[in-house]
Amino acid sequence: MATISMVVNGRQMSGEAEGRTLLSSFLRDALGLTGTHVGCDTGQCGACVVHVNGDAVKSCNMLAMEADGAEVATIEGQAAPDGTLNAIQAAFQEYHGLQCGFCTPGMVMSAAALLKEIPKPSEAEIRKYLSGNLCRCTGYHNIVRAIMAASGQDVAVAAE
Amino acid sequence: MYAFDFERPSTVADAVAALSAEDAQALSGGQTLIPTLKQRLASPSKLVSLGGIAELQGITSDGDAVTIGAGTTHAAVAADGSIPALSALAGNIGDPAVRNRGTIGGSLANNDPAACYPSAALGLGATIVTNAREIVADDFFQGLFTTALDEGEIITAVRFPKPQAANYQKFEQPASRFALVGVFVAKGADGVRVAVTGASEDGVFRWSEAEAALGSNFSAGALDGMAPPADGMISDLHGSAAYRANLVGVMTRRAVAAAG
Repeated sequence: MATISMVVNGRQMSGEAEGRTLLSSFLRDALGLTGTHVGCDTGQCGACVVHVNGDAVKSCNMLAMEADGAEVATIEGQAAPDGTLNAIQAAFQEYHGLQCGFCTPGMVMSAAALLKEIPKPSEAEIRKYLSGNLCRCTGYHNIVRAIMAASGQDVAVAAE
Repeated sequence: MYAFDFERPSTVADAVAALSAEDAQALSGGQTLIPTLKQRLASPSKLVSLGGIAELQGITSDGDAVTIGAGTTHAAVAADGSIPALSALAGNIGDPAVRNRGTIGGSLANNDPAACYPSAALGLGATIVTNAREIVADDFFQGLFTTALDEGEIITAVRFPKPQAANYQKFEQPASRFALVGVFVAKGADGVRVAVTGASEDGVFRWSEAEAALGSNFSAGALDGMAPPADGMISDLHGSAAYRANLVGVMTRRAVAAAG
């Protein structure tokens, strides 16, 4: 075991990790940040997407030691400190972009990465960007609508 | 995952030294290795992360060649554009989160028979630079998950000659987005090269009959009715050997047409 540190959602945090500890396990078990979900644990479903130094990554497919010293953003840091949802979260709520909600943390973090890269993505760009995020409830249409809305675009287009 | 020691050196020399330990394994982006470790299909005594080595990062373009550090992510190659066909290939590997971690050196060292990058290295006639030597792509790939790399040898960079025209066409396996068949076609100073991934039981290979036909007439029509033999092609639930052989012809014609 070794102590590793990272800035998570703007706060310096540290905890114990083994070489084999995954970043997802470190966030959930060592730091208690259980908003990051582990769906498949094989790097396919994207429920565990977080940002490391600004880039979206699958935290179940990265060792915690590799994020030692990094800046990490998770779903817990998306809303304002008083609980006010950010634009993407609010749009997911407004457009019913979640059913069971299990994939939602990863969907929101991937959407945040997308809108940083492409502020006003087309429907096709959204669908392509979310190719590594699976929704078992198959709520994709509303997720796409929510991201269209969050980026200030007409959601009617995405419904077709 | 079985337990292992973990080291994160900051130079290639220190990484090579760390890899001299028995059963040590290099870790690049980990997008294949970490799932492999989870399934206990590998049990290294020590993982040597290459992620903290600055000299493995970056892309330089000088005159007629582009050199890409082995630790450069697919996302960085996709954003570069020095060789548009190569950047397009990198931008269509896996998904965005995978592309932010996976590296060109890791992909080439792994030599998955359905990975995209081996076809680009072989199709463009790249040179694989390691801590010890330079290996031309024609000698580097030696069958499924097998390369010319020695034990403990690390890819440090890949040098690509800039082609006059090039294109990569991938027929995706829809669940994994690996190549069911992928074909990289490049026309350069030394002629035309056609490299095929995803199809053969021996991994990436050059389709020499297509190269000969395209050498005298670089057009999709030059390959009318051509396909490699189905013998030795991968046959699985996604496609039979004959289906893959036919796809090689189709994807090669598409790549030539798109390369112009």
